[in-house]
Amino acid sequence: MSVMGKSVRRIEDVPLITGKGRFVDDVRAPGVLHGAFLRSSQAHAKIQRIDATAAKAMPGVHAVLLLDDILPVMTRRRMMGGNRSGKLPETLIPTALAEDEVCFAGQPIALVIADSRYLAEDAAERIEVDYEPLPAVSDCRRGIGESSPSVQTAIKSNLITSYDVGYGDVEAAFKNATHVFGDTFSQHRGGGHSIEGRGMLVEYSSGSFTVWASTQKPHDLYQMLVDLLELDENQLRVITPDVGGGFGPKLIVYPEDIALAAAAKLLKRSVKWTEDRREHFLGAIQERDQYWTMEIATDSEGLILGLRGKLLHDLGAYAYQDVNLPYNSATSVSGPYIVPAYAMTVEVGLTNKVPVSSVRGAGYPQPAFVMERLMDRIARELGLDRAEVRRRNIIPVDQMPYEKPLKARSGAAIVYDSGDYLACQAEILAVADWDGFPARQAAARKDGRYIGIGMANAVKGTGRGPFESGMVRISASGRISIYTGATAMGQGLATALAQICADQFGVEADDVTVVAGDTAMIPLGLGGFASRQLVTAGSSVLLASRATATKAKTLAGHILGVAAEDLEIVQGDVKIIAAKQLVVDKKKPQSISLGELSRILRGAPGYAFPEGLEPGLEATFHFRTDALAYANATHVVEVEVDPEIGEVKILRYIALQDSGRLINPVIVDGQVHGGIAHGISNALFEWMGYDENAQPVTTTFAEYLLPTAMEIPPFETLYKESPSPINPLGVKGAGEVGTIPVTAAIASAIEDALTPFGVRVLHAPINPEQLLEMIEEGSKKQRPS
Amino acid sequence: MTLHNIKLTVNGLPVEAAVDDRLTLADFLRHQLNLTGTHIGCEHGVCGACTILVDNVSARSCLMLAVQTDGLAVRTVEGLQATDGTLHPLQAAFRDNHGLQCGYCTPGMLMTLVEFLGENPQPSAADVREAISGNLCRCTGYQRIVESALDAAKRLNEQEP
Ligand code: FES
Ligand code: FES
Repeated sequence: MSVMGKSVRRIEDVPLITGKGRFVDDVRAPGVLHGAFLRSSQAHAKIQRIDATAAKAMPGVHAVLLLDDILPVMTRRRMMGGNRSGKLPETLIPTALAEDEVCFAGQPIALVIADSRYLAEDAAERIEVDYEPLPAVSDCRRGIGESSPSVQTAIKSNLITSYDVGYGDVEAAFKNATHVFGDTFSQHRGGGHSIEGRGMLVEYSSGSFTVWASTQKPHDLYQMLVDLLELDENQLRVITPDVGGGFGPKLIVYPEDIALAAAAKLLKRSVKWTEDRREHFLGAIQERDQYWTMEIATDSEGLILGLRGKLLHDLGAYAYQDVNLPYNSATSVSGPYIVPAYAMTVEVGLTNKVPVSSVRGAGYPQPAFVMERLMDRIARELGLDRAEVRRRNIIPVDQMPYEKPLKARSGAAIVYDSGDYLACQAEILAVADWDGFPARQAAARKDGRYIGIGMANAVKGTGRGPFESGMVRISASGRISIYTGATAMGQGLATALAQICADQFGVEADDVTVVAGDTAMIPLGLGGFASRQLVTAGSSVLLASRATATKAKTLAGHILGVAAEDLEIVQGDVKIIAAKQLVVDKKKPQSISLGELSRILRGAPGYAFPEGLEPGLEATFHFRTDALAYANATHVVEVEVDPEIGEVKILRYIALQDSGRLINPVIVDGQVHGGIAHGISNALFEWMGYDENAQPVTTTFAEYLLPTAMEIPPFETLYKESPSPINPLGVKGAGEVGTIPVTAAIASAIEDALTPFGVRVLHAPINPEQLLEMIEEGSKKQRPS
Repeated sequence: MTLHNIKLTVNGLPVEAAVDDRLTLADFLRHQLNLTGTHIGCEHGVCGACTILVDNVSARSCLMLAVQTDGLAVRTVEGLQATDGTLHPLQAAFRDNHGLQCGYCTPGMLMTLVEFLGENPQPSAADVREAISGNLCRCTGYQRIVESALDAAKRLNEQEP
């Protein structure tokens, strides 16, 4: 019985529900010292003097380290990674601890190492820093202006790069259009806020280092540490323990990580740092700040002729990795629709805020918001149903695979590989009774209730390459293990990979052990981001499992004296298929265990195994891909708005997702739920506040609203399975897709509910005060004066 | 730093320890007793990941000091499973209903719900949502946690003679 496509129970769960999970702060290391960072209290300042005398004199304090203290054990001053193109100013790449200028509040300045975390934090408070405040940039739009102060004194213009993306004759499209509509849109930033923060333990033992890190990219961390700390590859091992959620921030190698590892090398001691929530607000990357000015051209029927505009992306104060989010945004704005001509100018600006990188959705929710809002605008202006406008513009299934005249970051063409967007939309609209809603709405209005329905579509490229590693190995005991560079941070990766592998050996998922993100067990890997792991690591594990099974059958055939095709693997034994034998010779063995085969292939001195078989009952694959597998979703939401207080209540939330073939439907459903919740949170709650001097004003969960079970509604979820033709499993990613259309769908529903007031939702998060303002303005306009 | 001697029970077992006066209960459990199932998500009393039971009442162990538990009975997630290894009905329900993803919020959810289901054997979904409204989860969107809790209530009721 195949375990593929079944909602088997997760193999991860028992330790996690019994308190036996092992997260980074749970790992014990004898003699470990504890780190605490002194962070900048200023958004922008010159550091004139640092006096750590009092801190250093405190009992239990081993060191107070500044940048100059750790540089002797490092190969270079700046970290790497954020400037592969070499086009950005060098000082955008951070140093592990601040130089004499700090550029965002929260930037690490000094690292205290002490006997306990309590002592380290006490000592950090005793360090004296004299700042000479410099003007700070809080709003990216003003920051790129000529007269704006610089975010970094070394960088003259805060507009660090701009480029054009597009195709087709946009001028002509707009000239020939019947209608042209324009709007400006924005989304504000939020954080990743995994409930477990960042953290790292560096164990030191006679010149070697074992790093335990709550990371989405262990191999990146490994390579960066090998390079920056000048280590032999065999002096370092990075292990990923249980990770309490990722959502983007943990895919960065941070200044804190480098400073901590450098401290271990310098002091020749094991050291550990566990981020607290305030530090997550102050130091972990954030995302979504984008400002879009857009125009769309259509014919008289609402068919899109062209799209153009400008996107300004706020990068924060440094580039922690390649600046690729705005490119993702600019190349994905058309979503599931046919846009014949397109021209965008992309600008990237700096602010004195926490650096920006991917948070679940990674540059996709903003363009989805923009495009879907424009679709609603067309519908409203032309007096068409919102679903009908979409229907007219959607890429039909007979045009799949559909090539957009744009290139992905890899340089490969953007090709939507599969999916029936129209059927997805039709199915969910039927479930939602979209057509019956106006009657329900009219009835509610008679009762004085403002209810509305909204919808949004989304397409997301998943499974980013160039590869992911997957090794399958069978031990002498017959136990099957998978090793991969993909990382598990709660998505159920281990279970899904185990299912793929178990299927080839006729066993259950929990008969397979999965080790993810341990650099000593698998040399290469990219990690967990961009909804990529099932596509990439899953494919590698499938290929490696097949190859290992074939090897087992070849050897078993040799031993049992039958052809490999006459064998099957059942519950860990390689057996002669009963139907393949006319006469069963009872004296001859009929099967051989995988453990036995493994022992033979490990080799015994002087004993041969068959020609042509490589040693080891194992295989390793690095499934290579540059193309992306495009998943799609349509969401429909019903809301009720209280016009007296501006409160939005979600009455019904339905999502339909096509993530290709489902290996474990319940796990995918969990991903979709989490994705939608994150989207609702972005749409209505999360707002990372900064004042006009770029001082963060929301640095606790009391000030920053992360929704609870009271705010998040139950979800109805539907699935379509269009297998992706570009990977052997036919799968597409799931983790981020659920987030992307949410803000757009909710905005659509709110506008619909507030049609009598003519409210237009162009900015997110949507908060009650702004809604109230718009409602008041709307009612004024309505009143005949 | 002043050390205090405290005597308490943790998951039914007697514990005697010398603790610093400012040591939080969460750090005491995690780092002194090595009961690392109790997690810390905010250290300021909002996320609920550190929820435990003190004399059968739920409490945030990040907001309590270890010295405050002198003479009291503390129960953590490690104390839920029966000694023969049988999962607590809540644990089994979370497992069977995909009530967890990363598992980081889970111990706090479980301990909150142990108390809640003890007092509310037949809750509605809305009741459960209210009960866990002091526990943040970033992974699940809460729905399967709610379903797990409702399933656990059923299992607990069936267990009663
Ligand atoms: S860690 Fe105690 S409530 Fe968050
Ligand atoms: S399961 Fe990850 S925070 Fe709840």
